[in-house]
Amino acid sequence: MTSHSQRSDGPRRQSDGNAPEASRDGQAGQAGARVRFVRRGRAEDAPPLRDDPAPRWQPALLILLLWFLVWMATKGSDTLALQGRDQTGIMHALNDFRDSMLRGRDTNPVMRLSGTIADGFRGLVAWLQRLISIPAAPRPVPEIGWLGVTVVATWIGYAVANWRIALLVLGTFVSYGAFGYWSDSMDLLIIVGISVLVCVLIGVPLGILAGTSRRANAVIEPVLDLLQTMPTFVYLLPIVLFFGIGSASAVVATVLYAAPPLIRIAAHGIRSVPPTMLEVGQSLGQTRAQQLRKIQIPMAKRTIIVGLNQTTMAALSMATIASFVDGPGLGKPVLAGLRINDVGTALIPGLLIVATAIMLDRATTAASERADVIARGGGLPARVHRGILLGGAVVTLGALYLSRLMFWAAQFTDHGWGRRLAEVTDHAVDSATAAMSPITSGIKDGISYAFLNPLQDFIAESPWWLAFAGIAALAFVLGGWRALAPAVVCLAGMRALGEWHNAMITLAMTLVATVMCMALAVVIGVAMARRGSVDLAIRPILDAGQTIPAFVYLVPVLALFGPSRFTGIVAALAYAAPVSIKLVADGVKGVSATTMEAARASGASRMQQIRLVQLPMARSALVLATNQGLLFVLAMAVIAGMVGAGALGYEVVLGSSRSEEWGKGAAAGMTIVLLGILLDRIARRAAGPAPEGTRWFPVLRRRGH
Amino acid sequence: MTTDSALKVRGLWKIFGPKAERLIGTPDAALSRKDLQAKSGHVIGVRDVSFDVAPGEVFVVMGLSGSGKSTLVRLLTRLIEPTAGSVHLDGIDLTGMDENALREVRRRKVSMVFQHFGLLPHRKVIDNVGFGLEVRGEGKTARRVRAQDMIDLVGLSGYEQNFPDQLSGGMQQRVGLARALAGDPAVLMFDEPFSALDPLIRRDMQKEVIRLHHEVGKTMVFITHDLDEALKLGDRILIMRDGEIVQIGPPDEIIAAPADDYVKDFVADVNKSHVLTLRWVMRPPDSPDEGVGAPTLPQSTIVREAARTVLAHQGVVRVVDADDKFVGVVDDEDILRVVVAEQDA
Repeated sequence: MTSHSQRSDGPRRQSDGNAPEASRDGQAGQAGARVRFVRRGRAEDAPPLRDDPAPRWQPALLILLLWFLVWMATKGSDTLALQGRDQTGIMHALNDFRDSMLRGRDTNPVMRLSGTIADGFRGLVAWLQRLISIPAAPRPVPEIGWLGVTVVATWIGYAVANWRIALLVLGTFVSYGAFGYWSDSMDLLIIVGISVLVCVLIGVPLGILAGTSRRANAVIEPVLDLLQTMPTFVYLLPIVLFFGIGSASAVVATVLYAAPPLIRIAAHGIRSVPPTMLEVGQSLGQTRAQQLRKIQIPMAKRTIIVGLNQTTMAALSMATIASFVDGPGLGKPVLAGLRINDVGTALIPGLLIVATAIMLDRATTAASERADVIARGGGLPARVHRGILLGGAVVTLGALYLSRLMFWAAQFTDHGWGRRLAEVTDHAVDSATAAMSPITSGIKDGISYAFLNPLQDFIAESPWWLAFAGIAALAFVLGGWRALAPAVVCLAGMRALGEWHNAMITLAMTLVATVMCMALAVVIGVAMARRGSVDLAIRPILDAGQTIPAFVYLVPVLALFGPSRFTGIVAALAYAAPVSIKLVADGVKGVSATTMEAARASGASRMQQIRLVQLPMARSALVLATNQGLLFVLAMAVIAGMVGAGALGYEVVLGSSRSEEWGKGAAAGMTIVLLGILLDRIARRAAGPAPEGTRWFPVLRRRGH
Repeated sequence: MTTDSALKVRGLWKIFGPKAERLIGTPDAALSRKDLQAKSGHVIGVRDVSFDVAPGEVFVVMGLSGSGKSTLVRLLTRLIEPTAGSVHLDGIDLTGMDENALREVRRRKVSMVFQHFGLLPHRKVIDNVGFGLEVRGEGKTARRVRAQDMIDLVGLSGYEQNFPDQLSGGMQQRVGLARALAGDPAVLMFDEPFSALDPLIRRDMQKEVIRLHHEVGKTMVFITHDLDEALKLGDRILIMRDGEIVQIGPPDEIIAAPADDYVKDFVADVNKSHVLTLRWVMRPPDSPDEGVGAPTLPQSTIVREAARTVLAHQGVVRVVDADDKFVGVVDDEDILRVVVAEQDA
């Protein structure tokens, strides 16, 4: 064996001569040769030698080149652009389907069931509205006036959290009334409240089931994946069909959107109870029920409460968006303002939504921390606390009584602050926009002309068959058969739905936004990971960014850039970047300190550390960040349809509000879903399989506990 | 011994894999661990293990990681289902038992101390200790009283109202110990209970176990990878490798007569004078009268303790067995051989 290895050493040493790590004295080379020899000789012991895959970018570039050449000759033909309000056969068919479903409202069992559910929700919402939000005939005011509601809410804030939260609640509720949006605010809270309640009733048991039973999880997991991959907006069209326009659809859409995080996190919490704990229980002769009640649920409780916080925030976000289907709440005035490009009008309800978000976030977080403090004997002495609660209850009863008797306590006196503030902000926004317009329009034009327009020309002006073939071929070279198959299915579906041209425009915007998002994520994420101070400064901003409902982003972006495709991109970026940045930062931070120390010890420069160690080792986080960024950008693409982004988003928005456009909107909605799946599959295959279980959870957990 | 043993294990097997039970009795079961895994994807955890533990005995199972010792201790209470073989605990056959009966046994007859303590972080010390009692449905007052007794027994009085994460590792394991004792089981199982503790604390805890064993006299099965710990605690030691028994015997026998090179290697660095007894160093007497008038020592005396007597006396010292029968003699040479050999090593 030794002689053999030496024989094989001769030619090897020559070939090693050029390698940078070539042996200085030949000994290292020999050792290397022996290792290789041993591997070949006793293959059953050694791990199989891995072939480096051929670089994938070369064939990809070739395909792009071919695509470009054909595009030069054929551009502008067969693009399948729809003129004006043109509809294709399939869109008419969708409209007909909708009509037949609506005709069958009283006979079709599905429609009857959904009708019953819708009536239930509508009734509940209306009852609560009469209680706190709208005049309860024959009274000219709600059953409980603003003073009563505000004091009750403040008291609850103190009871579940602490006096700081109580003050926050008080301030938020008073500003609802002071700015003249009392009724809309109460409506929003009603929708969020009912939805969160339903989410808990459904989500916690499902989460526990998914956490304890592998089989149940196999059913639940893909459904959650589907619900969370679908852009929020796309839910709305089918929901409207089954539950009608208004509060019932708002609640159902909100529940569908907000329940998955709770289910997922609850299941995760149950699953991450250490196996030793279960073994301890078993060794003491515990029954399954005892195990669940005494070990799994108590240990998962904190995680489940984090999930509840997530669900509340998601519910707020969706409840705002549900104003598109005439859901009651603060989203309505925002939407009205956006529709007429009136930033001043949209801004105040937008800010109230943000205030609501902060209030709900802080309150649920503080409530979850409080339980621990109490258990460990912290906080006020129990008797003092009880005394304050009791005193508060007396005050609350007094306020309730007043708000039923006195008009001033029932109806907020409108001082016109809201309107005046709207006018002032409108002026301020106008002048600020005008002042900044050289900069903003510079950025806008720069990005539009340098990236967006050429890319859109290239993709959307290609004949459909060329783009189809090009994308499919790229999918194949990047991800192999397992990317090609879903790509072809999705592309064929998009072609059949008849929204091809719009889909290509949306694709171009999505790609540009995703690339920008990843550029931001890598630069900021690495900076955050490498410097604690940067992290400390930026993370709260990102947290805030993720707490604010998606919809509200549009207001300032619209003010700065006016309605255009670029505005859509910026909004998408604002929505998607926080998630991606955090994922990259956490991934890079996760590179072990020992590895970094080794890199420093071997004299790697800062750039080398980043390029050779941190980014490669954080690869899975980068992939995850890209995927998440992509999906978030696409989700925002629909909402951005409102602000001049056009394309698929616009069609969906139109379809949700105009009956005759329903079919077209539905087709556009489905196209968005297909586009999302297409991009997701290609990206995932191209980057190798994403690690299991990491896909959604890190995104949903905005901060550790 | 077989009839009244606290724990009787016969032909116990654990093979991990989809069709493990079909392998028992086939030629494949005789393959080495590695070969079997390569051939069928099955992994042998424990292979054909039999032993008895006497009531009140401290029985130590020792082996390196991956030797199957943790699997073995879990097979003993069916936390892992055995593939074949039987386990009798206190005369009751556990292997044929249904779920409910088994649960009853776990609640009353046997309890376990875990490597990473396994304390419930959301419960105070006293409620952790009373957890087993709660599981078997005892009332709050009764279990608090019993838990308090156990806390006093392990020396944690005053920490009842603390949460586990407020205690040091050693104190946490005392809680684990108290929890295991609370149910007054016939047999205590320890799964590497002290490997997560630092050496000083570990020594304290070992003393604690010895003290508790004197006080409550439970049968103990103790898993460890630490030979010193095994020698210190064990009445008898079972050495495992690759899921199989390599040797079973009292500490001095393991040291003096290792079954094979593996064990020999293992015990090479041990302080032999701390473990070996005169039985292993004496030589047979030349005549029944040899050393008449010299001091007499029982053959179970540990060499280190015998050294002073032997070295102080000129000439040989007589060694007698348990029945006071004259069985051998030792002199300075014999003692020094053990002590000096140790220093050379």
